[in-house]
Amino acid sequence: MATYNTNEFRSGLKLMIDGDPYTIVDNEFVKPGKGQAFNRARVRNLKTGRTVEKTWKSGESVEAADVMDRDMEYLYSDGEFWHFMLTDGSFEQFAAPETAMTEAVKWLKGNEVCLVTLWNDAPLTVTPPNFVELQITETDPGVKGDTASGGTKPATLETGTVIKVPLYMDENEIVKIDTRNGEYVSRVKS
Amino acid sequence: MTDNGRPSAALNALQARAQLNRQIRDFMQQRGILEVETPALSQSGNTDPYIDSFSVHTRSGTRYLHTSPEYPMKRLLAAGSGDIYQLCKVWREEENGAQHNSEFSMLEYYRVGFSERRLMQEVAELLTLLLPNITIPPSYRSYQACFLETLALDPHNVSIAALQRCAAAHQIEVSGELDRQGWLDLLFTHVIEATFDPHRLSFIYHYPAEQAALAQVISQEGVAVAQRFEVYCGALELGNGYQELTDAARSAERLQQDAAQRLNQGLAPIPADLRFLAAMQAGLPRSAGIALGLDRLLLCQSGQSTLKRVISFAWELA
Repeated sequence: MATYNTNEFRSGLKLMIDGDPYTIVDNEFVKPGKGQAFNRARVRNLKTGRTVEKTWKSGESVEAADVMDRDMEYLYSDGEFWHFMLTDGSFEQFAAPETAMTEAVKWLKGNEVCLVTLWNDAPLTVTPPNFVELQITETDPGVKGDTASGGTKPATLETGTVIKVPLYMDENEIVKIDTRNGEYVSRVKS
Repeated sequence: MTDNGRPSAALNALQARAQLNRQIRDFMQQRGILEVETPALSQSGNTDPYIDSFSVHTRSGTRYLHTSPEYPMKRLLAAGSGDIYQLCKVWREEENGAQHNSEFSMLEYYRVGFSERRLMQEVAELLTLLLPNITIPPSYRSYQACFLETLALDPHNVSIAALQRCAAAHQIEVSGELDRQGWLDLLFTHVIEATFDPHRLSFIYHYPAEQAALAQVISQEGVAVAQRFEVYCGALELGNGYQELTDAARSAERLQQDAAQRLNQGLAPIPADLRFLAAMQAGLPRSAGIALGLDRLLLCQSGQSTLKRVISFAWELA
């Protein structure tokens, strides 16, 4: 069993806590003038996404989680699983259940390279690329010349996701989106 | 390497440090306190089981980098130096974080004939001078008062079970076996420190006797307490002061207790400083002393949130 000592704690380190894999969000070394030192960390449960605070007596060993981040290309969905392939040339494929996909399903149409977090060799979470380019399939007709008012309207994308776009955008146009906040970034000239 | 060799602190932080050192030297000179230097690499080390010394392997045996200049400065006091201070670098292994850097700067000073209370007042004067942003007068509270006021627990008379319940009530989840003092340390660092006024100095005194280190222990309403104090700026601990233990036999006992605890915790043994003990036997004058962390002082002064911004090259860039 691999373990980490608290002095190895840093953001992103993956730990097993009460049977679940966690990642360290941040860690603070706390010590009174005399006496016991502690590592006070905020940790995120990789299964539920919940963040909690935990304290360790400094110098303790903590079980490492067998968690790895790998780049994988999204291939297709069979309705139950989303299929991914390693980009390292091994062509090895992995099937991610819906619980691992969460928000990622909103932005994927195929061929995007995603960050797939594997726990015991099974996909645990899928993080889409920070930016994706998708076509608008449905929106109100564009208001010509309105590039300054800052107004927005809803638009349905080819993945079925609805986002807010500027008033001048039209159907069939391609938009660039920041997947971390789900916001429109720019128009992509086709 | 992503830092391109650049410092972690800005130029104005380096200037603030230079000014701080000047102000401290002026303060000390005005009071007739002598600046001294003592060795950083010694044949003996700090025996405190919660402080790790760096050891250096030399051709003539192991040497330890000092974690504070306490032992040799007390040897000077015993030799009749009178009031002394030192500005120096000290090292503590495995202490790194936003408020810790394994190599840091310390002001340690001793006042002969001073009581703990008188030293607290002088430290308040010094810190008020060095931290112009602190304008309200400091607060002085005992360790016991902190626990009673914040948690309604008497630290000198509370069970481990009650401390555990209190930690749970404050949503503190902790891994690892803690002894009674460990639970007190946990609640102090996680709950009590956070209640300190961020714009004020807080002096906390009369720590539990088991945390006396080399401070005098007295009986206060039937409870043995250490004449040791800590000074905080907001929730940040700046320094640790003692009414110095002058009893040579007790000093030797404390170092033996440290050694026993180190053994018990599976820590490497550290040779006790026999020359320090010999000086204690020769006679340490009644005195009070304090060690102050200068990097943290600069942190309070600048309002930065991490020591990296006040240290030219923080630990990972050194």
